[in-house]
Amino acid sequence: MPVSPMRGGSRLERVLRSGRFAVTAELNPPDSADPQSVYDRALVLSSVCDAINATDASGANVHMSSMGVCALLTRAGYEPVMQMSCRDRNRIAMQGDLLGAAAMGVKNVLCLTGDGVQAGDQPEARPVFDLDSITLLRTLRTLRDKGRFLSGRKLEEPPKVFLGAAENPFAPPYDVRPKRLGKKVEAGADFIQTQYCFDVTRLKQFMAAACDMGLDQQVFVLVGVGPLRSAKAAEWMRDKVPGVVIPDVVVDRLKGVPKEQQAKEGKSICIEIIQQVQEIPGVRGVHVMAYRQEELVAEIIEEAGLLARRQRESMAAPDVPRVGSASPRP
Amino acid sequence: MERLFVRVERLSKGLIFDCRMCGQCILHSTGMTCPMTCPKNLRNGPCGGVRPDGHCEVVPAMPCVWMQAWERSKQMSMYGKAILQVQPPLNRSLQGTSAWVNDLNGVAQKTPAGWEQ
Ligand code: SF4
Repeated sequence: MPVSPMRGGSRLERVLRSGRFAVTAELNPPDSADPQSVYDRALVLSSVCDAINATDASGANVHMSSMGVCALLTRAGYEPVMQMSCRDRNRIAMQGDLLGAAAMGVKNVLCLTGDGVQAGDQPEARPVFDLDSITLLRTLRTLRDKGRFLSGRKLEEPPKVFLGAAENPFAPPYDVRPKRLGKKVEAGADFIQTQYCFDVTRLKQFMAAACDMGLDQQVFVLVGVGPLRSAKAAEWMRDKVPGVVIPDVVVDRLKGVPKEQQAKEGKSICIEIIQQVQEIPGVRGVHVMAYRQEELVAEIIEEAGLLARRQRESMAAPDVPRVGSASPRP
Repeated sequence: MERLFVRVERLSKGLIFDCRMCGQCILHSTGMTCPMTCPKNLRNGPCGGVRPDGHCEVVPAMPCVWMQAWERSKQMSMYGKAILQVQPPLNRSLQGTSAWVNDLNGVAQKTPAGWEQ
């Protein structure tokens, strides 16, 4: 378990440091200016997870901004992870946004390079990519730890944030992925949320290499998981969503059951994967994602036994409250 | 004089490395593969979008330049480890200038004042 001093002091950080298996979930920002559309989704997730990720135009599709979603979430006492992608903003905008977000109570930030604009609904847009995920991490760490901007100019009050990054163990070059994880840790990552895992064997190899490098002692790894709705959806996802790798055995398993039962099978696969990754050394939590199916995410977390486990373990760490302390839990 | 360097550099490196004249050359840290040919301009790649066939997320017809960079780095005895270093943010105002000249007068090595090495 990493023994470094507390970085940002967020609830997520405290959960991870307490040794409890952490659960984060993705909130898909609405195509709406109504705050209720955010709160409806957050309510479903808050009772089952430690922090809620607000995506930043993921897949290069425009939605409500992660900054806006996070502002709403912190107002209501939820714990967000604000995703920041380098695709749409330069270094000036991103440093300013970090200060703004921290001032609004955001304590977790996930630094991403971002999907290319071609993947989204507005491929004519100009991609920015002034920084990349690694230079962004190091920049934000400098704001936090050294109290200065990239320019060297001093901050009056540094932002207290727990810094995260993504990694994709399932994309080639496979032997480079643990090394790149090492670079992210060196650049300032305190935690990692991986891309969707549909290949536990590959993940095991990745984690074994990371542990050999001692990275499990320096960073908390949360494995990305999510349900597939059907064989067709799986095929669409692996063709269209950058970085999502779904092995044929998984697609074949879905194809092996009648259409009406494929969603149930997809859910079972997801739950099995959650149970398997919990046993892998160095894995400290899961990050559950399902595009616009927040109810399903909540069901999965419950059925995977993570709630019971968390309740049991939280007795050992009673000082760590749940994400939405205002909302009742089943 | 500098204009001459720019022209010679653009011509020679353009031919061999598909150089984009970023003005801060790190070819020896990237297996002699120009990172500026990556559509995301990554200096610390590869991104998580590399396709299972090793091709680029953004341009499916193109092999990922960062796959090549890591592969070629393995074969470089002298600079092979340099790819593990975190590369600083690029100075965008050097676009179109000569990296040779920038190297000589120290501009290329300069990082933003607040950057932690
Ligand atoms: S796949 Fe490779 S070349 Fe394409 S954007 Fe990602 S790192 Fe760059």
